[in-house]
Amino acid sequence: MTDRSVADGRAERPSEVVPIVEAIGVSKRYGATVALADARIRVMPGESHALVGRNGAGKSTLVGILTGLRAPDSGEIRFSGKPAPPVADREVWRKLVACVYQHSTIIPDLTVAENLFVNRQPTRNGLISWSAVRRQARDVLDRWNVAVPEDLRAGDLKVEARQLVEIARALSYGARFIILDEPTAQLDGDEIKRLFVRIRELQQQGVTFLFISHHLQEVYEICQAVTVLRDARHIVSAPVAELPKDKLIEAMTGEQVHFGFADAAGRTVPPDAPVALEVKDLAGDDFAGISFTIRRGEVLGISGATSSGRIGVAEAIAGLGPFTGGSVTINGKSLRPGSVPAALALGVGCVPKSRHKQGLVLSQSVADNTTMTISNSLGPAGFINPRRRAEVTRRSIDDLGVVTEGPEQLVSSLSGGNQQKVVMGRALANDPSVMVLMDPTAGVDVKSKEALLRVVENKRREGKAILVVSGELEDLRTCDRVLVMRHGGVVAEHKAGWSDNALVASIEGI
Amino acid sequence: MSVSNSPMTMAQTRPGAYYGKAMVARVRELALLPALLVLIVIGGLVSPVFLSQGNITTILTSSAALALVVLAESLIIITGKFDLSLESIYGFAPALGAMVILPAAQFGFGFELPTFVGILCVLLVGALVGFINGFMVVRLRLNAFIVTLAMLIILRGMLVGATSGRTLFDLPPAFYGLMEITFIGLPLAVWLAALAFLVAGIVLRYHRLGRALYAIGGNPEAARAAGIRVERITWGVYVLAGVLAALGGLAITGYVGAISANQGNGLIFTVFAAAVIGGISLDGGKGTMFGALTGVLLLGVVSNLLTLAQVPSFWIQAIYGAIILGSLMVARFASGQSQE
Repeated sequence: MTDRSVADGRAERPSEVVPIVEAIGVSKRYGATVALADARIRVMPGESHALVGRNGAGKSTLVGILTGLRAPDSGEIRFSGKPAPPVADREVWRKLVACVYQHSTIIPDLTVAENLFVNRQPTRNGLISWSAVRRQARDVLDRWNVAVPEDLRAGDLKVEARQLVEIARALSYGARFIILDEPTAQLDGDEIKRLFVRIRELQQQGVTFLFISHHLQEVYEICQAVTVLRDARHIVSAPVAELPKDKLIEAMTGEQVHFGFADAAGRTVPPDAPVALEVKDLAGDDFAGISFTIRRGEVLGISGATSSGRIGVAEAIAGLGPFTGGSVTINGKSLRPGSVPAALALGVGCVPKSRHKQGLVLSQSVADNTTMTISNSLGPAGFINPRRRAEVTRRSIDDLGVVTEGPEQLVSSLSGGNQQKVVMGRALANDPSVMVLMDPTAGVDVKSKEALLRVVENKRREGKAILVVSGELEDLRTCDRVLVMRHGGVVAEHKAGWSDNALVASIEGI
Repeated sequence: MSVSNSPMTMAQTRPGAYYGKAMVARVRELALLPALLVLIVIGGLVSPVFLSQGNITTILTSSAALALVVLAESLIIITGKFDLSLESIYGFAPALGAMVILPAAQFGFGFELPTFVGILCVLLVGALVGFINGFMVVRLRLNAFIVTLAMLIILRGMLVGATSGRTLFDLPPAFYGLMEITFIGLPLAVWLAALAFLVAGIVLRYHRLGRALYAIGGNPEAARAAGIRVERITWGVYVLAGVLAALGGLAITGYVGAISANQGNGLIFTVFAAAVIGGISLDGGKGTMFGALTGVLLLGVVSNLLTLAQVPSFWIQAIYGAIILGSLMVARFASGQSQE
């Protein structure tokens, strides 16, 4: 097969083949967060190279650097042995590399032809020649064997065709190195098969691919080499033939940070503890048939891929999202769908999925954000007694160890970890009996993560029922049980004490 | 405060940066005061009358109506929305209130209802238009800019249509009450505007509804996740703004002594200018009532100065516009923040 010959060829004459793209010692920080630390990758011409890693491993940062969208803080990018152009020089970058993202980068209301030639339309006498646009678009599509009418409105393309058009556009700029960011995420089985056929064809015509996927099976199917990133670092690069699945999973999972205090293994929930949350046959937009109960003093985890529907379940329980079937019962009272005030009144505290989107009002102070859910109980007739508010906020700051100048500091000037603690403080402000935590430690440093998980453990001891919906193993280790969701349903249950590899394999669907 | 944390974590938040930002926020609120002072000094030099008690009363009296509309618009902008139709409510509501009272001979509808019904009608019309705006923006999720622009045109057209373009005068005294009843030398309208700003300022700072406006304007998703009834409150702000604009219209009716068919025409530009000069961010979620008030006073002083300096009336508009632009720049550089 081709992969063998490529691998062999490289092994025999390592010095003769120059990698089409190479990143050496690349580092990138965003504020206090290290997104990439001394990472590297070597992609040889003509191969399909897989880039894998769990969420937050640094894949998207590396893709951003390889496509020239952002400059690395240190390190070097080389294309066919030559240093990369400066970030501002989009024209040159476009001739070197292109990325087909999960989200579309075509303009839906223009035709396919116009999308192919945006801002470089062929002209006659200084005016755009539409016949030339159509003709040249047809040439490009035919050359790369894309069977799409050039007159079609681009927004009407199916995902499959849209990806091919984007690939053809990249190739028409002269790029022969194309990054595919989870190209199969929105495709069904047959479409994936067809896409892989196309990738192989293009490979034979000399196109190189960097393939990003969460489905490891596909890596083995289509790629010849693989690079694994973990915690912003390069872990291993190898021909796929030399890296069996268990080794690959191990490389992705690695040695997890282990917070002993927050490990549920060996702990049992008293069977007579009252049930605080009961979910029965819950169904909504992207989930169905979900049932579970959480007792007081119990932590239940739900994990799964980003699109598995786990967030939908959590949002339904917190009142943030609707549910169309089934029931949610909190302390014996049933929850009205889609109403946050109703959920708050029943005693649900919630850390939403994204602290910037739903968690915080960045233009307001720590005090405003912390007391947002209880602002009606800080004084008579809805008036807010500034002293009470400061008091409540100070208590939350001390309780959660928020590093801040004081209640009046704007949350926008806090570090990510401290912002997340403020979101947690808001969730705890109304002293809930049920807590719904969605990715509660996403994008925070290890110290904050430890602090946040300690809060979860303390609240469990206080007898709160806690639902942790997360893809991160450290978060899930605090759980007495972990449900794994896929395609909107629960597919597995792991009791505390699971092995990392078993859980990751069940999440990643191998 | 948790100053007892380790030095490593303390270093992350950079105390200096925090104080810097707090300072900037405060400076922005006061950014207009120097400009206002400079104008007052210039005024004193240009004309001996400027600082007289009578002239100051004039400035306040002539600013009262504008102040009410700026207050209304500021509340809406803080909530992260727009309402252009306030300038039409300002003309349409008092006119309709007058027409249900006036006999047909004076261009009314001829219903000749009692005066208090007319006044009530003014406020109800303001509330109703705000309600319709709110319905379309909040419930139907139409674009606020276009919806209220259309409403502006509709109401303007209805006013011209109903009056056939004529001016309404000889209204019952109640319609002039806001200007003719005085208290400690100042007309009721001035006290009303001052009271409205005071109440709004307190509510925005110390009441959960006020804080909810900032939260909605700053991040509606987060506000919703915190249990704030985003739709209901936004809708309510539209209704309140409609009532305030109608009150402003009543004030100007008293000031002018009649209602012309183009009352409020073009006012919305001045309203936005005053709000933005006063530090209300068009992005929503930022700004204070104190800032908005200084914006109103600045424009009031400028307009008064132009009259006192005997600038030819045909040129007043152009100069007024240039001064608005200048004040925006002063506010921009004094505060160091963008006004997007």
